[in-house]
Amino acid sequence: MANAAFPRPDMPGPQPVEQTKVTSASAASVAPLLRTSGGEVQDRVFKSAMILCGLAVLGILVLIVYELVSRSSLSWQAFGFKFFGASEWDPVNKQFGAMPFIYGTLVSSLVALIIAVPLAVGVAVFTTEMCPRVLRGPLSFFVELLAAIPSVIYGLWAIFVLVPLLSGYVQPFLATTLGWTGLFGGPQYGIGMLAAGVILAIMIIPIISSITREVLMVVPQHQREGVLALGATRWEMIRVGVLRNARAGIVGGVILGLGRALGETMAVTMVIGNNPQIVKSLFAPGYTMASVLANEFSEATGDLYLSALIEIGLALFFVTIIVNALAQLLVWTVTRGQPARANA
Amino acid sequence: MTGAAVLTVVLVLAPLIAIFGYLVYKGVGSVNWAFLTQIPKPEGEAGGGMANGIVGSMIILGVASVIGIPLGIGAGIYLAEFGRGRLGDAIRFTADVLNGVPSIVIGVVAWAILVRGHGFSALAGGVALSIMMVPTICRTTEEMLLLVPQALREAAYGLGIPRWRTTLSITLRTATSGVITGVMLAFARIAGETAPLLFTALGNEYWSGRLPFDSHWHRQSWTLGLDQPTAALPLQIYKYATSPYDDLHRQAWAGALVLIILIVTAVAAVRLAVRRSSFGAA
Repeated sequence: MANAAFPRPDMPGPQPVEQTKVTSASAASVAPLLRTSGGEVQDRVFKSAMILCGLAVLGILVLIVYELVSRSSLSWQAFGFKFFGASEWDPVNKQFGAMPFIYGTLVSSLVALIIAVPLAVGVAVFTTEMCPRVLRGPLSFFVELLAAIPSVIYGLWAIFVLVPLLSGYVQPFLATTLGWTGLFGGPQYGIGMLAAGVILAIMIIPIISSITREVLMVVPQHQREGVLALGATRWEMIRVGVLRNARAGIVGGVILGLGRALGETMAVTMVIGNNPQIVKSLFAPGYTMASVLANEFSEATGDLYLSALIEIGLALFFVTIIVNALAQLLVWTVTRGQPARANA
Repeated sequence: MTGAAVLTVVLVLAPLIAIFGYLVYKGVGSVNWAFLTQIPKPEGEAGGGMANGIVGSMIILGVASVIGIPLGIGAGIYLAEFGRGRLGDAIRFTADVLNGVPSIVIGVVAWAILVRGHGFSALAGGVALSIMMVPTICRTTEEMLLLVPQALREAAYGLGIPRWRTTLSITLRTATSGVITGVMLAFARIAGETAPLLFTALGNEYWSGRLPFDSHWHRQSWTLGLDQPTAALPLQIYKYATSPYDDLHRQAWAGALVLIILIVTAVAAVRLAVRRSSFGAA
């Protein structure tokens, strides 16, 4: 599937010009095609070439799995399953545990989802249900534009704009109002888990929003009219008639966003603080699976160190595949399965 | 409740406007002739530019396109024209899976295959990016080809035109604008990628190949330096953004502006082209 955050291109459909061009081709231009009795051979060659291209796609995936598995075997043999439970990351003493990175990846993605989901669904509801027709195109274009900004530019902006904003205004506010939860304590540097979560949220909003929009548009119009006819207000109509029917698809979009957040590297690496620790406070620096690869891979010394890093890559690979497959299944049941169940 | 919905729109658009605004505000003053034509100055010295990064990005993206575009279109043709069976389904599923693989993981694999034992190179960076292009191009090509009416193919067969010729000159030709859209979107997606280049192309403070002219504008034999560590715009932005020097921060913004102008132009051009050819059909 093409990345869902991108606009789906429309096909111009068959052009009559093309057709007449073919049918009116003079005998002279068709003749060489007919004369060659080797057409069958060429056909077979062409088909095999295309099959090869298709097989290459399979090959790439096999190659990825093979390389990751074989190159991480050293670390697997040394630590086994303990690798994912241990929280010590000490390259000097050759002690490697992936827990701080798994924790950082999960927490930063969770923070991102908490911020992004309400916003993304809100934007989708606004564009499909409330917004004047004229604004619909530009609005979705601008939200999709967010998806076209490279990750490293998000990171750049986060370092120089978002982080000072967080440490100057947001963190003092959170510390005084919600400090008692323990989630918002400690020094307020700006850089840390919270900054990573916020920048991730901005990055995954377009994905969740565009899929939610797609799903909402599939909800049949008479569903809306039926609910309105029963005397519902517009808000009740959206809640009961639209959102409830599109539930599975929206969850699919959210999980797809989660998939992107889990694997996102550059922007997170630039603001999370890169410190392998497990701390309750969101103000504290953390580390993610993707960013430890980005930071330490090219300067890792020793086979075990490299192998441990590649094993983190392998784990990241499997997690994102499972998450993405789940999301695709959910979106698919809504947009291509049977029409939304009446009055769930 | 309408108010709440409008509020979400404002909250989502605010960072977009802030990012673009800040980018233009910081970048415009910093993009100058020196930035576009010079290579980086030694650490801590002001001035210099990202010319090698701009050229390096183009080389890496060129390598990625040369490998990724034909492969993606070919796989798309296979899926649309021949891929009805179980193999087709397997390839379709694989392409979707590949689309979700984090870019940093692809970088690790490209490192394992092409860098280990051979050294960092533009080629390895290009291959890593091409792997990211294939699934997008493959699936959009398939979708576009399937929209071409069967009657068109049958008409061609009726004229005795061989199948391969029908596919290339009639089916693919009719779907050209859609296929190009897919290719451009894939290109836009990889153009700003940094993570897969970190340990494949690595980056370079100097030109990685040899220019056609030396510093006195004398002709000399030139090389692209595909086997050398190569600078790329996104890598340089990353490095400069995390450096302690103000002048490098300034250049990071300039690089970001140049990069985003390239990408946004591509995306906007695609949207315009698609809208023009679809005759206003939503």
